[in-house]
Amino acid sequence: MSFQYLVRRTGTFLLVIVLAVSVNFLIPRLIPGDPIEDRLTQLSATSSGGASIDIAATAAAYRERFGLDKSLVEQYLNYWWDILHLDFGYSLANYPETVGASISAALPWTLGLVGTSTLIAFVIGSLLGGLLAWPRVPRALRGFIPLLMVISAIPYFLLGIILIYVLVIVARAFPAGGAYTFGSTLRFDLNGIADVLRHATLPAASIILAGIGSWALSMRGMMISVLGEDFIKLAHAKGLKQRRIFLWYGMRNSLLPQLTSLALVLGYVVSGSILVEVIFSYPGIGYKLYQAIQSKDYFVVQGIVLILVVSIGFALYVMDLIYPLIDPRIRYQQA
Amino acid sequence: MTTPVLRVQDLHVHYRTAAGPVKAVNGVSFDLAPGERLGLVGESGSGKTTMALALMRMLEQPARIEGGRVLLDGVDLLALSEEQMRRIRFDRLSMVPQGAMNSLNPVMRIRDQMIEIFNAHGRHPDKAERRERIGHLLERVGLKRDVADRYPHELSGGMKQRVCIAMAIALRPQVIIADEPTSALDVVVQRQVMETLGAVQKDLNAAVILVGHDMGLMAQFADRIGVMYAGRLVELAPVRQIFSAPQHPYTQMLIASIPSLEEKRLFKGIPGVAPSLLNPPSGCPFHPRCPAAFAPCPTINPALEETDAGRWVACHLHSEAVLHDSRA
Amino acid sequence: MATIQTALPRQTARRAFRLRKVNPLLASGMVILLALILFAVGGGLLIDHSYAEVGAFLPRQTPNAERVLGTDSQGRDVLAVLILSTPNTLMIGLVAGIAGIATGTILGLLSGFFGGWVDTVIRTITDVFITIPGIAILIVIATNIRNIDVAVMALIVASLAWRFPARAIRAQTLSLRERGYIQIARLNGVGGLELVVREVLPNLLPYIAASFVSTVSQSILATIGLEALGLGPQNEYTLGMMIYWAQFYGAILRGMWWWWTPPIVVIVLIFVGLLLTSAGLDEFVNTRLRKVK
Repeated sequence: MSFQYLVRRTGTFLLVIVLAVSVNFLIPRLIPGDPIEDRLTQLSATSSGGASIDIAATAAAYRERFGLDKSLVEQYLNYWWDILHLDFGYSLANYPETVGASISAALPWTLGLVGTSTLIAFVIGSLLGGLLAWPRVPRALRGFIPLLMVISAIPYFLLGIILIYVLVIVARAFPAGGAYTFGSTLRFDLNGIADVLRHATLPAASIILAGIGSWALSMRGMMISVLGEDFIKLAHAKGLKQRRIFLWYGMRNSLLPQLTSLALVLGYVVSGSILVEVIFSYPGIGYKLYQAIQSKDYFVVQGIVLILVVSIGFALYVMDLIYPLIDPRIRYQQA
Repeated sequence: MTTPVLRVQDLHVHYRTAAGPVKAVNGVSFDLAPGERLGLVGESGSGKTTMALALMRMLEQPARIEGGRVLLDGVDLLALSEEQMRRIRFDRLSMVPQGAMNSLNPVMRIRDQMIEIFNAHGRHPDKAERRERIGHLLERVGLKRDVADRYPHELSGGMKQRVCIAMAIALRPQVIIADEPTSALDVVVQRQVMETLGAVQKDLNAAVILVGHDMGLMAQFADRIGVMYAGRLVELAPVRQIFSAPQHPYTQMLIASIPSLEEKRLFKGIPGVAPSLLNPPSGCPFHPRCPAAFAPCPTINPALEETDAGRWVACHLHSEAVLHDSRA
Repeated sequence: MATIQTALPRQTARRAFRLRKVNPLLASGMVILLALILFAVGGGLLIDHSYAEVGAFLPRQTPNAERVLGTDSQGRDVLAVLILSTPNTLMIGLVAGIAGIATGTILGLLSGFFGGWVDTVIRTITDVFITIPGIAILIVIATNIRNIDVAVMALIVASLAWRFPARAIRAQTLSLRERGYIQIARLNGVGGLELVVREVLPNLLPYIAASFVSTVSQSILATIGLEALGLGPQNEYTLGMMIYWAQFYGAILRGMWWWWTPPIVVIVLIFVGLLLTSAGLDEFVNTRLRKVK
């Protein structure tokens, strides 16, 4: 890996962070009106006793946060200072809980659900797409292609709604929402784990189902072009077994570029899963974001957005750095 | 004459298209002796590459073998199951591919690409022995042993083609098909690669079918030359006679179109257009371009006949029967 | 496709839009989209708009002879809401798509054709924005704007719709730039902007068309996503807001399938129609290239 590449890629990653922080800082200030007055009146008007809000303390936190008396540059630098210390301020709806605490309670659920199901969708989808391009596969399988196209065209959360209706309301086979049975405490025994898995099945299924379609389609395209390469011909001439050619020549060469397109869809996966969490009231980042938007809990929204941008940016950064190590073609080009 | 190692009898290959079958190989027959070097020449579209693939049974849709026999040591390859054929590939009948630049799997080391040949044919299960064999093969084609640990992208075009040759001889095959093995290489490297191919062929006493359109290369390499035109073999003769006294008018034009054997080895075109294989001309497919065409040519397609010992030609000018008829 | 070195004469680029043989994918995609537009426009003329207002009818009616798709928890006629929502959602996608493709094409052309520091700056910006999950930025923007209407919504979505077109057009421009006839035009002294407008742009049209369709599709996806989170137009009907209200009032768990099924069906039809259109266009562009090759 060349030094230049490393520098350029690192630069892009840092720019992503700068941009995200700046957008978070600037947009509330660009929009006319006093956000504090606005929100506090809204809050006191809408909160009906349930979550009592300490308006005075919140207002103080607000003032301090925005430091509206200082110059814009100073405010901006202060904002950076806080962010670098992982201080995202307080939640408005659940004061005095900090935004950081609020997010870190939700994060593991999202990582578990979205991470696992994206991985499963990638594996199944890629395998399916590879098979669909393989000439020796029964024709009947190719009938799946239009179906895959339709499924890949459906946004994740709409699939979730359909799954809830069919499997929860009609068939009563799964719990409607949440991450574990309401009212129970989370335990790490067999029953506890089974309960968590049962609750995760439907949200995961909607992410996986919707994901498989697009992975399979792009993998199929990639595989078709790889199968036209000269090295596939030589592999046949060598007398290799079909399975070996499929896996080591076809799949291996198509999968690697497929990993880079993960970069393009990751944003789509994340936004899709935010809404899946909302539909299933799954207590992850997406649902937290939805609740924060509902209750105009602006700092939580900002914090989550920042976390999303930085973590996705970081994941892509790491992937771009690892990729040359696993694909000798790229390694050579950059050497 | 020794028993031929490979006999091709009346081979027909068609491409099935919406407009009808394209007869890419149309009744080709020839014998190949052990250790012999046969050159197959012809313009692009004459069916030579299709035939090379047909011998390996590696044609893809829409191409299909419609008839004929390919006997390797008396066994008809066209009658074997796909699994039986797989075992024969590279073991007894191997090939050096056309596209040297892209014929190796870019994400596998050379060593692994050679090991899998042994594995696929159940040879050299012992690790140390395998290692030794790979090192030996690479040295044989003029490469260093450590090339085995490189990826294809780290090798030059000539090195890649040498690796392909090393692979092709890995299982000591009886027949090697080389389909324009040097087309992607520059002239100096071409020569070296052909010398390497010749050397390993001699060691193994394997027969080689060299497919190409470069008459100069053929003249240097082949023992016998077969000339293909419109999916047919129109002349087959020892290399010296092909060059000194070509019989078929097409062969004559081919030879004439080489300015000088020593200076330039470029094959220049022949006036006229290559025939459509979908609707081939009636009679002899060459007659529309042939300067010597006469009465029977547009109607009767001449068969490949032996004119002298070891010399075969498909042309009415040299056919006993037709000459008799027209004289009478 | 790097293998194609043959010059694409400008006529072929123009011919791309003259359908000689109707591409089945393209045709079926267009039929679906036209049917939807017809449904929305025709329906809008036929129905009484007040049916879509809160309290117009008895709430929670299952579909019946008069209220064909039933009513929601607020007593709105679902069919009427659906008819009024569809054109708004399509409009947001279309406007955002046009704005996105226009900005993206300009950026991509500048970047690909002029190279140098222009390219470096534009490419870096594009790379940075592509890395960012669009929904995150859109959420920040949308939560800060009060009184969102259809036009504002289209602008919000358009603010990120230029990213992928910019990247795609840049790549195509780069490959076009090296082709023979562009080089010749350049040697003939046709300079900068004129060359771009007269020689490069017409040959990019098929790619721009294909890229436009997918940009519209992504914009609709983004707007529906934002709306389903409750960040859409509050006083106008959109398909995403229908989903939002259905979810908000628990229509799914209450089994009120007639409330959320219609918007889902229309959304799926929109996406399938767009997907078929873009697959058809892709095929069209590619077969054309294959022929040239």
